[in-house]
This record gives sequence, structure tokens and C-alpha cells, in this order.
Amino acid sequence: MLHNKVYPFYFTLGTIILYMVFFVIPAVMGLGYAFTDWSRYSSDMNYVGLENYRILISSENNYIHYARNTFLFTLNTIVLKTILGLAFALLLHNGVKHLRSLYRMIIFLPAVLPMVVVGIIFHSVLNPRRGLLNELLRMVGLGAWTQQWLTDPKLALLSIIGVDTWKGAGYIMVILLAGLQTIPAEYYEAAQIDGANALARLRHITIPLLRPALIVATVLNILYGLKIFDTVYVLTNGGPGYSTEVLYTAIFKEFSKGRYGVGTALSSLLFFVMVFIGYFVIRLMEQGRTHD
Amino acid sequence: MTKDRPLTALAGFRLGRLPTAKNVGQQGIYHLLAVLICLAMYAPVHLVVVNSLKDRTDARSMNIERPTMLHWENYSTVIEQANLERAFLNSILYSSSSTLLSTILAAMAAYVMSRNKTRLNRFLYFFVIMGIAMPVNFFTLTKVMQITQLINTQIGIIVLYAATQLPFNTFLIYGFVESLPRELDEAAIVDGAGPLRLFFRVIFPLLTPVLATAALLSFLDVWNNFIFPLYYLNDTSKWPMPLAVYNFLGQFESSWNLVSADIVLTILPVIAVYLLGQRFIVSGMTAGSVKG
Repeated sequence: MLHNKVYPFYFTLGTIILYMVFFVIPAVMGLGYAFTDWSRYSSDMNYVGLENYRILISSENNYIHYARNTFLFTLNTIVLKTILGLAFALLLHNGVKHLRSLYRMIIFLPAVLPMVVVGIIFHSVLNPRRGLLNELLRMVGLGAWTQQWLTDPKLALLSIIGVDTWKGAGYIMVILLAGLQTIPAEYYEAAQIDGANALARLRHITIPLLRPALIVATVLNILYGLKIFDTVYVLTNGGPGYSTEVLYTAIFKEFSKGRYGVGTALSSLLFFVMVFIGYFVIRLMEQGRTHD
Repeated sequence: MTKDRPLTALAGFRLGRLPTAKNVGQQGIYHLLAVLICLAMYAPVHLVVVNSLKDRTDARSMNIERPTMLHWENYSTVIEQANLERAFLNSILYSSSSTLLSTILAAMAAYVMSRNKTRLNRFLYFFVIMGIAMPVNFFTLTKVMQITQLINTQIGIIVLYAATQLPFNTFLIYGFVESLPRELDEAAIVDGAGPLRLFFRVIFPLLTPVLATAALLSFLDVWNNFIFPLYYLNDTSKWPMPLAVYNFLGQFESSWNLVSADIVLTILPVIAVYLLGQRFIVSGMTAGSVKG
């Protein structure tokens, strides 16, 4: 066919080969290695059946707890980022009338900073003795509110969630702002004539029409949350104890300890979860595009 | 977007009413809120900039007070002590090479997949963009990096980074190619252009906006990445900036002035790229969420 001559298949090969070698082959290999006692310290590898998966769900190992932390992190950051992102977006789109681009630029700024750097900065800000946050609280007379932000096992995960929300809310705002711009102003005019107040307009016009953008933002947040690593690694490295350990910091620890079999089993489980979610993401993203 | 919109569209709240005292007051509150949010987003960056110019004792508490004297020498000290020149050049090398590689490969693949929609190409397109969601299996990827002898090499990390950028870049560019008229191709073919000339002379220049978006996002993503060098570069002389900063923190935790200077040097390129390419970056990050 003429088409294959003009648009030759070899154009796609570079992408396909790199993608296969670095993504697909490791993922498929992992499904097999998950059934072995593969480790860094032994050259022979034996089939162990479901032993690695048993380790993952057994109670003497804390994996269920790490999965729970990952879930809590994901759920809370989704809720917080979406609420704040929506509030910021509404403020910039319907509220202020000037300086919008400037505000947007500054609010989005944390999203482009390297997470490691953000972690290091907040490690200092959240320091109980000299950190900026506790200093500020003492300065305004709220000394009683000062906390051991990162070393209190009850608070550490919440602090991590807070830092991540600070970094990511601007990104969600930008997605929702793009969504708000697609809502025709006439809808609001009609609602106004019908006597709908601001809250009713938000509930019956803005939120329903923002649904596609809200769904995409949520799904992106899920994928991001399940993969969270740097934030936790730099702020607490899973501590105090295991109170903030998440799946990917646990995976890194398995890697450092050389326990490749268990790590691979865990990675393979995550592979299925994320490919399942990914299927929906891609359908959504493609849909988003055909609306033009 | 602000200037030529009718008043009604601007606020949604203020349908053509003349400005009243109430509205002026409302605007004041909105701006106050926006400024407070911006301060919260900018404060951590300010914190490191200020402290990077203090002496060691003043920087200990990491507060936002102005430095009594500007200690610019912190920068030269940290460049020397943390071997930052090396890390900076590594970061530049990794970010620019992998960006170049992944943008060109993704453009070629996306172009052919979009123009020649055979069953195979359609499948390959979805197969590749599934990579947006797919998690990395670090264990089996180690194996692949060992077999290909790419582990702990600069070329290895560049190719790996390029691979991680391919799925999203393919998605982004594919959507743009769809919007280019096919008549262009036909005219070029009639003029006797082969597939390579058609793509690189005719199509490639037209892709500039989307290539800029893809390249800027890839550059930032690779520059900020921490996890791949953590797993796959043992040799400190090959480390990029984020890893060097983290390592420096471990050694000089009591010298927050130097740590701050190191952080400023790490985020300076990020902020520069962001300010210059803001429009492209935002459009890329919202692609698929509302419209392409």
C-alpha cells in the first residue's frame, strides 16, 4: 500500500524498541521472577511458588500497613488538592479581574520544583525547635499549636500529605482553570436570571460541567499517589518507626537489602493495579481530545 | 484571555452591573486572598534564597530575616565543596540528550501512527501510551540494565530517561499531528519528496509548538528526577544535581547557608525554564484533561 511507503513503519521503531526494552520487558520478566527467591547474594534462583506473595500479606511483615499508608496518602492528597485547586481556580477565574496570569504563575511554581529540594526545604521548615512553622506559631501566640511535625508518629504522615498538597495544588488548579474556560458564560447568565445564587450556580453548573476535568485530575492524582517516593524518602524515609512507610519506599528498602524476589512480587502487583487504572486514564485522555 | 472578553464572562457574578462600593470591596478581598496564597507558595523559595546569603550561624535557624551582610562567597564555597560543576554538567547532559532523543523519536512514531492508521499502528499507539500509567519494576530493570551493560553508565541513564519520556511525548505529539492537514503531505509527495524529507522538511517545522511543549516538560522532568540515578548510578561523579544536593545535605547538615546555596543553584535552571516556557508547559500539563 502507498501509505506504508509514505509513512514507513521504521519511523516508529525507535520508540517501540526503547519502550519494550525499558518498560514492557522488565514488567513481563517481573511476573516470572515474582515466583522465585531471587536475591542479590545468591547466584542460583529457585522456584518458590507463591511464597513472596505470602510474605507480602503475612502479618509479621508490614506490607499491609505500607499499602494502607499509601492509600491514606493518595486519598487525602486527592481530596485536599482537589478542594484547594478548585478554590484557587474559582478565585482566579471568577474572582479577581486583574493580575490573573501573575497569580497563576506563582501558584503553579511549586509544581515544577524538584521534589527532593521541596523535601529538604520542608525538613527545615518543619523542624520542631528552629523550624519556620513552629517559630511562626509562637510568634502569633499559638505556641500551644507547635508540633513535632515529622517525628511524632501520629502526625508525620499528615505532615507529608500537607507538603505534597502544597506542591501539587497548583497543578490541579491549572487543569481546572482550563476546564472552567470551556464553560460558556451564557449558562451563568441564564442561571442568574432564574435567580440562582452563587452556591447554586457552583453546584448545578460549574461542578457538573467540570466533571471531565475533575475526573482526569483525580485519576492523575491516583497514579501519582500510588507511586509516591521522593516526598516520603526525603522527609521521613518511612519513619518514625514504620509510621510513614509507603510502597515505593518499602520497595527501595527491599532493593537495598537485596531481597529482589519479594520486591518483584510487590512491583508486579502494582503493575496490575496501575495498568488497570491506566486503561481508564487513556480512554479519558483520548476522550478529552475528541471534544475539540 | 482577559482583555477582550465581555464583562459578563469575566466574573459570572457581575452581569454588566456598574462597579459599586460592594464590588470594589469584593475585589479587594479576592486580591488579598490571592496574594496570601501566592505568599504561601513563594515563601519556601524565598527562605532558601535569603539563607543562602547568610553566614553559618545566622542560617542555623533558617528564618526569613534579611541577612546582615551578603555572603555571596557561599556560592563559590558550595560549588567547590559539593563538586557542583560536575553535577551541573551531568544534569545538563542527561536532561538535554534524553529530551532531544525522546522528542525526535516520539515525533517520528506519533506522526506515522497518526497518519497511517492501520490496525497494527492503532494498537501500537495505545500500547505505547499505556506507559503513562505503567510503574517501573526497578528489580528486573536492573537486570535489563546489566544485560545491556548500561548500568552505572551515562549513556545508560540518558537512554533510560528518554524511554520514560516517550509515552507522554507520543501522546502529546499524536494529537497535534491529527490537526495538520494531509494536503501538505500530498503536495510534498507530488513534488517528489521521500518519507524522510517529507517528515523532516515539511512536517517537523510545523510541529514546533508541540515539540517545544514536549521538550520543556521532558527537560524539567528529567532535571528534577531523583529516583533513577538513586537506583542506577552508584558512581558519585555521575550524579545529577538533585542527588548531589541530597548527598550534600547529609554531609553538611549544620551549614544551612551552604545547603540553601546548593538548592538555589539546583532550582535556578528550573525556574528559568519555567518562566521562559510557561505557556508551553501549562498547555502540555493540561493536555487531555480538557482539550488537546
